[in-house]
Amino acid sequence: MILSRDIFESIFEQAEREAPVEACGYCAGTEGRVVKHYPMINVEGRDDHFSIDPKEQFAVYKAVREEGFQIIGVYHSHPASPARPSAEDIKLAYDPTVVYVIVSLMDRINTIRGFRIVKGRIEEEPVIIEGS
Amino acid sequence: MIAIVNGEMEEIDGNPSILELLAIKNVERPDMVSVELNGVILKRNEFGSVKLNENDAIEFLYFMGGGFN
Repeated sequence: MILSRDIFESIFEQAEREAPVEACGYCAGTEGRVVKHYPMINVEGRDDHFSIDPKEQFAVYKAVREEGFQIIGVYHSHPASPARPSAEDIKLAYDPTVVYVIVSLMDRINTIRGFRIVKGRIEEEPVIIEGS
Repeated sequence: MIAIVNGEMEEIDGNPSILELLAIKNVERPDMVSVELNGVILKRNEFGSVKLNENDAIEFLYFMGGGFN
Protein backbone atom coordinates (compact mmCIF):
# COMPACT_ATOMS: atom_id res chain seq x y z
CA MET A 1 0.00 0.00 0.00
CA ILE A 2 1.36 3.38 -1.03
CA LEU A 3 0.37 6.65 0.58
CA SER A 4 1.61 10.18 0.33
CA ARG A 5 3.49 11.87 3.13
CA ASP A 6 0.58 14.32 3.50
CA ILE A 7 -1.89 11.49 4.15
CA PHE A 8 0.57 9.74 6.44
CA GLU A 9 1.04 12.89 8.50
CA SER A 10 -2.68 13.62 8.55
CA ILE A 11 -3.46 10.15 9.91
CA PHE A 12 -0.92 10.61 12.69
CA GLU A 13 -2.25 14.09 13.48
CA GLN A 14 -5.69 12.54 13.90
CA ALA A 15 -4.27 9.76 16.07
CA GLU A 16 -2.44 12.26 18.29
CA ARG A 17 -5.46 14.57 18.48
CA GLU A 18 -7.80 11.76 19.51
CA ALA A 19 -5.41 9.98 21.88
CA PRO A 20 -5.82 8.32 24.28
CA VAL A 21 -8.94 7.22 22.38
CA GLU A 22 -8.22 4.93 19.43
CA ALA A 23 -8.61 6.86 16.18
CA CYS A 24 -9.91 5.18 13.05
CA GLY A 25 -10.70 5.77 9.41
CA TYR A 26 -10.69 4.48 5.86
CA CYS A 27 -8.16 4.69 3.04
CA ALA A 28 -9.59 5.07 -0.45
CA GLY A 29 -7.77 4.60 -3.70
CA THR A 30 -7.05 2.14 -6.42
CA GLU A 31 -4.45 -0.53 -7.18
CA GLY A 32 -2.86 -0.23 -3.77
CA ARG A 33 -2.36 3.52 -3.92
CA VAL A 34 -4.22 5.62 -1.36
CA VAL A 35 -5.56 8.87 -2.81
CA LYS A 36 -7.67 10.02 0.10
CA HIS A 37 -8.34 9.08 3.69
CA TYR A 38 -11.54 9.45 5.65
CA PRO A 39 -11.24 9.95 9.40
CA MET A 40 -14.14 8.17 11.09
CA ILE A 41 -15.67 8.44 14.53
CA ASN A 42 -14.76 5.76 17.04
CA VAL A 43 -18.26 5.34 18.40
CA GLU A 44 -16.90 3.48 21.41
CA GLY A 45 -14.73 6.42 22.43
CA ARG A 46 -12.37 4.06 24.19
CA ASP A 47 -8.60 3.78 24.47
CA ASP A 48 -8.63 0.01 23.95
CA HIS A 49 -11.32 -0.52 21.34
CA PHE A 50 -12.85 1.01 18.26
CA SER A 51 -15.84 0.51 16.05
CA ILE A 52 -17.45 2.55 13.29
CA ASP A 53 -21.14 3.39 12.98
CA PRO A 54 -22.56 1.52 9.94
CA LYS A 55 -24.42 4.68 8.91
CA GLU A 56 -21.09 6.51 8.60
CA GLN A 57 -19.56 3.49 6.87
CA PHE A 58 -22.27 3.42 4.19
CA ALA A 59 -21.94 7.16 3.59
CA VAL A 60 -18.18 6.89 3.05
CA TYR A 61 -18.40 3.81 0.85
CA LYS A 62 -20.88 5.60 -1.43
CA ALA A 63 -18.82 8.79 -1.53
CA VAL A 64 -15.68 6.85 -2.42
CA ARG A 65 -17.49 4.95 -5.15
CA GLU A 66 -18.85 8.16 -6.65
CA GLU A 67 -15.29 9.44 -6.88
CA GLY A 68 -14.30 6.34 -8.82
CA PHE A 69 -12.23 4.75 -6.09
CA GLN A 70 -12.56 1.85 -3.66
CA ILE A 71 -11.98 1.41 0.03
CA ILE A 72 -8.61 -0.31 0.08
CA GLY A 73 -7.71 0.03 3.74
CA VAL A 74 -9.01 0.68 7.20
CA TYR A 75 -6.77 2.19 9.85
CA HIS A 76 -6.89 2.55 13.57
CA SER A 77 -4.44 3.76 16.15
CA HIS A 78 -2.79 2.02 19.05
CA PRO A 79 -2.06 5.00 21.31
CA ALA A 80 0.10 3.06 23.73
CA SER A 81 0.82 -0.30 22.14
CA PRO A 82 2.77 -1.57 19.12
CA ALA A 83 1.63 -1.41 15.50
CA ARG A 84 0.55 -4.99 15.29
CA PRO A 85 -2.91 -6.52 15.37
CA SER A 86 -4.17 -7.54 18.78
CA ALA A 87 -6.05 -10.80 19.25
CA GLU A 88 -9.28 -8.80 19.15
CA ASP A 89 -8.18 -7.02 15.95
CA ILE A 90 -7.62 -10.41 14.33
CA LYS A 91 -10.87 -11.86 15.61
CA LEU A 92 -12.86 -8.89 14.30
CA ALA A 93 -11.14 -8.69 10.90
CA TYR A 94 -13.97 -9.93 8.67
CA ASP A 95 -13.27 -8.02 5.48
CA PRO A 96 -10.78 -9.87 3.26
CA THR A 97 -10.68 -7.04 0.72
CA VAL A 98 -8.96 -4.37 2.82
CA VAL A 99 -5.54 -3.77 4.30
CA TYR A 100 -5.77 -3.37 8.07
CA VAL A 101 -3.47 -0.47 8.86
CA ILE A 102 -2.33 0.13 12.43
CA VAL A 103 -0.59 3.29 13.54
CA SER A 104 1.19 3.28 16.84
CA LEU A 105 2.09 6.27 18.99
CA MET A 106 3.85 4.14 21.57
CA ASP A 107 6.89 5.76 23.19
CA ARG A 108 6.28 8.86 21.03
CA ILE A 109 7.54 6.98 17.99
CA ASN A 110 5.14 7.05 15.04
CA THR A 111 4.94 3.64 13.41
CA ILE A 112 2.63 2.47 10.65
CA ARG A 113 2.15 -1.10 9.43
CA GLY A 114 -0.37 -2.83 7.22
CA PHE A 115 -1.77 -6.35 7.33
CA ARG A 116 -4.04 -8.60 5.33
CA ILE A 117 -6.05 -10.64 7.78
CA VAL A 118 -8.13 -13.47 6.35
CA LYS A 119 -9.75 -16.05 8.61
CA GLY A 120 -7.21 -15.36 11.32
CA ARG A 121 -4.22 -15.64 9.02
CA ILE A 122 -2.07 -12.54 9.01
CA GLU A 123 0.18 -11.39 6.23
CA GLU A 124 2.07 -8.12 6.46
CA GLU A 125 1.41 -5.69 3.63
CA PRO A 126 4.23 -3.15 3.32
CA VAL A 127 3.15 0.46 3.73
CA ILE A 128 5.24 2.73 1.55
CA ILE A 129 5.27 6.45 2.27
CA GLU A 130 5.94 8.43 -0.87
CA GLY A 131 8.49 11.15 -0.46
CA SER A 132 10.31 9.36 2.35
CA MET B 1 -34.50 -9.68 -11.86
CA ILE B 2 -32.32 -6.60 -11.76
CA ALA B 3 -31.04 -5.11 -8.51
CA ILE B 4 -28.26 -2.68 -7.66
CA VAL B 5 -25.77 -4.37 -5.37
CA ASN B 6 -23.12 -2.14 -3.83
CA GLY B 7 -23.63 0.33 -6.65
CA GLU B 8 -23.45 -2.23 -9.47
CA MET B 9 -26.47 -3.28 -11.50
CA GLU B 10 -26.77 -7.05 -11.34
CA GLU B 11 -29.01 -9.79 -12.70
CA ILE B 12 -30.15 -11.97 -9.81
CA ASP B 13 -32.09 -15.23 -10.02
CA GLY B 14 -35.47 -15.25 -8.30
CA ASN B 15 -36.07 -12.92 -5.41
CA PRO B 16 -33.77 -14.13 -2.66
CA SER B 17 -33.90 -13.06 0.94
CA ILE B 18 -31.13 -10.79 2.12
CA LEU B 19 -29.56 -13.77 3.86
CA GLU B 20 -29.65 -15.78 0.64
CA LEU B 21 -28.15 -12.90 -1.32
CA LEU B 22 -25.30 -12.62 1.18
CA ALA B 23 -24.65 -16.35 0.73
CA ILE B 24 -24.59 -15.85 -3.07
CA LYS B 25 -22.03 -13.13 -2.46
CA ASN B 26 -19.90 -15.56 -0.43
CA VAL B 27 -20.39 -13.65 2.81
CA GLU B 28 -19.45 -16.23 5.40
CA ARG B 29 -20.41 -14.18 8.45
CA PRO B 30 -23.72 -12.44 7.71
CA ASP B 31 -24.00 -11.78 11.43
CA MET B 32 -21.07 -9.38 11.05
CA VAL B 33 -22.45 -7.52 8.07
CA SER B 34 -24.57 -4.38 7.92
CA VAL B 35 -27.15 -4.13 5.17
CA GLU B 36 -28.84 -1.07 3.77
CA LEU B 37 -31.87 -1.69 1.54
CA ASN B 38 -33.15 1.27 -0.44
CA GLY B 39 -31.51 3.64 2.00
CA VAL B 40 -32.74 1.95 5.18
CA ILE B 41 -30.40 -0.03 7.43
CA LEU B 42 -31.94 -3.40 8.25
CA LYS B 43 -31.80 -5.18 11.57
CA ARG B 44 -29.86 -8.41 11.37
CA ASN B 45 -32.90 -10.42 12.49
CA GLU B 46 -34.65 -9.21 9.33
CA PHE B 47 -32.09 -10.67 6.92
CA GLY B 48 -33.93 -14.00 6.62
CA SER B 49 -37.39 -12.57 6.14
CA VAL B 50 -36.84 -9.51 3.93
CA LYS B 51 -36.78 -10.35 0.22
CA LEU B 52 -34.97 -8.54 -2.52
CA ASN B 53 -37.29 -7.11 -5.17
CA GLU B 54 -36.88 -5.81 -8.69
CA ASN B 55 -34.84 -2.59 -8.86
CA ASP B 56 -33.95 -2.65 -5.17
CA ALA B 57 -30.69 -1.00 -4.19
CA ILE B 58 -28.83 -3.02 -1.60
CA GLU B 59 -25.54 -2.19 0.07
CA PHE B 60 -23.67 -4.43 2.44
CA LEU B 61 -20.40 -4.03 4.30
CA TYR B 62 -18.55 -5.66 7.12
CA PHE B 63 -18.52 -4.60 10.73
CA MET B 64 -15.37 -2.62 11.36
CA GLY B 65 -13.82 -2.63 14.78
CA GLY B 66 -11.09 -3.99 16.98
CA GLY B 67 -9.30 -3.59 20.24
CA PHE B 68 -7.82 -5.35 23.18
CA ASN B 69 -11.00 -6.38 24.98
